[in-house]
Amino acid sequence: MDTSVQLKQIQSFVNKLGVMRLKDLIKAVRNCKTAADERAVIAKESAFIRTQFKEENNDTRHINVSKLLYIFMLGYPAHFGQIECLKLVASNKFSDKRLGYLGIMLLLDENQEVLTLVTNSLKNDLNHSNMFNVGLALCTLGNISSVEMARDLSSEVEKLLGNSNTYIRKKAALCALRIIRKVPDLLDNYVIRANKLLNEEKNHAILLTGTTLLIEMCQLSKNVLNDTRKNVPRLVRILRNLVNNNYSAEHDVNGVSDPFLQVQILRLLRLLGHNNVEASDLMNDVLAQVATNTDNAKNVGNSILYETVLTIMNIESEKSLQVMAINILGRFLSNRDNNIKYVALTTLCQVASILTDSSSLQRHSSTIIDCIKDTDISIRKRAIDLAFILMNRQNIRVLARELLVSLETTTNEEKSKISRRLCECANRYKPNKRWEIDTVCRVLKIAGGHVEQDVINNFIRLISTSSTELQQYATSKLYNILNKKNDTVESQEGLQLATIWCIGEYCDLLLQSPLDDSLAINDEDETNNSSTEIPSETEVIDLLERLIEGSHVTNKIRQYILIALVKLTNKLSSNCRDRNNSIIAKYKTNINLEIQQRAVEFSSLNNLNDDIRSVVLDRMPALENTKEKKSSSSSSNVS
Amino acid sequence: MIQAVYIFNNQGKPRLISDYRNLDVQKSQEFLKETYNLIKTRKDNQCNFIEGSKLLGGSNTKIIYRHYATLYFVFVVDSSESELGILDLIQVLVESLDKCFENVCELDIVFKCDQVHYILNEIISGGMVLETKYGEVVHAFNEQSKIK
Repeated sequence: MDTSVQLKQIQSFVNKLGVMRLKDLIKAVRNCKTAADERAVIAKESAFIRTQFKEENNDTRHINVSKLLYIFMLGYPAHFGQIECLKLVASNKFSDKRLGYLGIMLLLDENQEVLTLVTNSLKNDLNHSNMFNVGLALCTLGNISSVEMARDLSSEVEKLLGNSNTYIRKKAALCALRIIRKVPDLLDNYVIRANKLLNEEKNHAILLTGTTLLIEMCQLSKNVLNDTRKNVPRLVRILRNLVNNNYSAEHDVNGVSDPFLQVQILRLLRLLGHNNVEASDLMNDVLAQVATNTDNAKNVGNSILYETVLTIMNIESEKSLQVMAINILGRFLSNRDNNIKYVALTTLCQVASILTDSSSLQRHSSTIIDCIKDTDISIRKRAIDLAFILMNRQNIRVLARELLVSLETTTNEEKSKISRRLCECANRYKPNKRWEIDTVCRVLKIAGGHVEQDVINNFIRLISTSSTELQQYATSKLYNILNKKNDTVESQEGLQLATIWCIGEYCDLLLQSPLDDSLAINDEDETNNSSTEIPSETEVIDLLERLIEGSHVTNKIRQYILIALVKLTNKLSSNCRDRNNSIIAKYKTNINLEIQQRAVEFSSLNNLNDDIRSVVLDRMPALENTKEKKSSSSSSNVS
Repeated sequence: MIQAVYIFNNQGKPRLISDYRNLDVQKSQEFLKETYNLIKTRKDNQCNFIEGSKLLGGSNTKIIYRHYATLYFVFVVDSSESELGILDLIQVLVESLDKCFENVCELDIVFKCDQVHYILNEIISGGMVLETKYGEVVHAFNEQSKIK
């Protein structure tokens, strides 16, 4: 061998000797017992790598960059290696180039100016004779190209999209996708070649990337969408071949031939058939075929069926197909695998709004109710959403009961959303007013701390527009709930607000015997049965006094109590009146301005003439809905 | 579109991070931690799909994961991807790793993380699915390893 070559080899060997290998760095990090140790090791190695980079040594560069990438993955800064990656890319050795491109993909992002320096290397590699070099360049371009790079290199990628090598073409297709996303103006250059990709019926990877590219292009441009429709027969034919299992062992996953390709074709067909009757007609047969022939025992079959259902629901399909689709989803719902259940629930939510007749959906309501009780929180959330969509007059009682049970176990953010929706639905679909009052009471009892103010306002409005019997029923029910010294009840602010308002308005009803006995029976809330005694005046005032002086009570509740107390001075006997006034007087010097103002004003109400005072504190008329009022001409708005 | 691919162990230590959203280092690590927090509480018989929390993009983002022995393979995708399809894709990735490394175990992924990246780049490009036949992936990887 030539001595100079030998010398070079020895020199490079010596250069590498002093440098820690990646394997050793990883071992050193794994041996660290504490985080501080690890940081120290990494810091030392980072400093070493930095000095090494300054020495500009070609042999050790790739070892140092691979260590740097490892350090980067652990979360430490590594930007000083960016230029080194560029140098690696410029080298002729394939392994250096590969590592360099990987480094660029990880360390750089499209916003950095350093990225433009890579453009030249990319151009050279895109025109390289070795297909793997071209592949590397396409991969990098596809992952992080910026707008300028996309513009500069677009013509190279267009050429490669017509290359005879299938490996290059499939990568070029996805690269083109990214370019189109960055620079939508260049879309037209790719249309013809993209459509040609579909001709390659033997090579599934090309078909896959081709359909992905076409999906993206159709979403971006209506012209391309109309143009691509001419490919529907071809796509239908490919799909039919796949389903009929023209068996190719390499693409087979668990007995189904190339599920990924089937799924992408179904997606493209969905786009092409949406709002277009002729295209949809061509697809009806093959969709029915896929739906019936695919085996749903394994996950693979289910993923295809899922896409088929989505496609059927989004194109102009026949009614029988739609019913078939709903039945498939119904079967999914009773599948034991949680993944399938989840996917079915999600699709049903999307589909329920499109469905013209919901009777097919109602058939599955018992399964949906089971899902509400499932232990898995993802499934529960989806099932609750679906239950709200399905709600109507017939099933509201059953669904509401289930939803109330589930309300007890949801997270706090969910509680306010669910309680609001539940109260709205109760209002819309109620069988009778008393049921609505019961339901809202239960909601407040469970989630009162998290309901929003307008839910409470609506409830108050509901009570004020009810008959006197119902008002008495509601007030006594709320009073009994609050009277029990129960910890959970005391933290439910919404419940307390509603109860206090009712006591203030309807205290006289509360103290009478029940006007309508039939209301007290058939109470769905069992806990109330034991304590339906009629309270006395002192007991009511005791409750209010206990609440206002409680330590964890908010200022809003105190304000409500002050108003309730002053309303009570009108309705109750004179010794209670004095007691109320003395309670109110205690708050005349309170720090909070709102409370102090109210206390002072209400105390001065005392000095008014009896007639005037009784008019002021009389019961409020029924509160009308402000939204309904805006439509009528009169502006007497009492809310 | 696939937004990110993570491989981490039961304690949350990252073995592979591939983010297609062009995030900086800090954000990337934050997202990884958040994803780990969402996943570690799941039992094995629960479904493999979670919705992203507010930090990760809310209900438009789905997290699809598979748990193999000590490793979690996690794909964070947006609403355009099919969940069941991504589950199969995770299977393709794992089988490719198995063929390329010969009975892969966690240590292989730890010590050869750059090679894992190369394999992943054969399967996903720019957040879109490139190749779904693991035979092709392994073939391309082996060919490239032979080049000097």
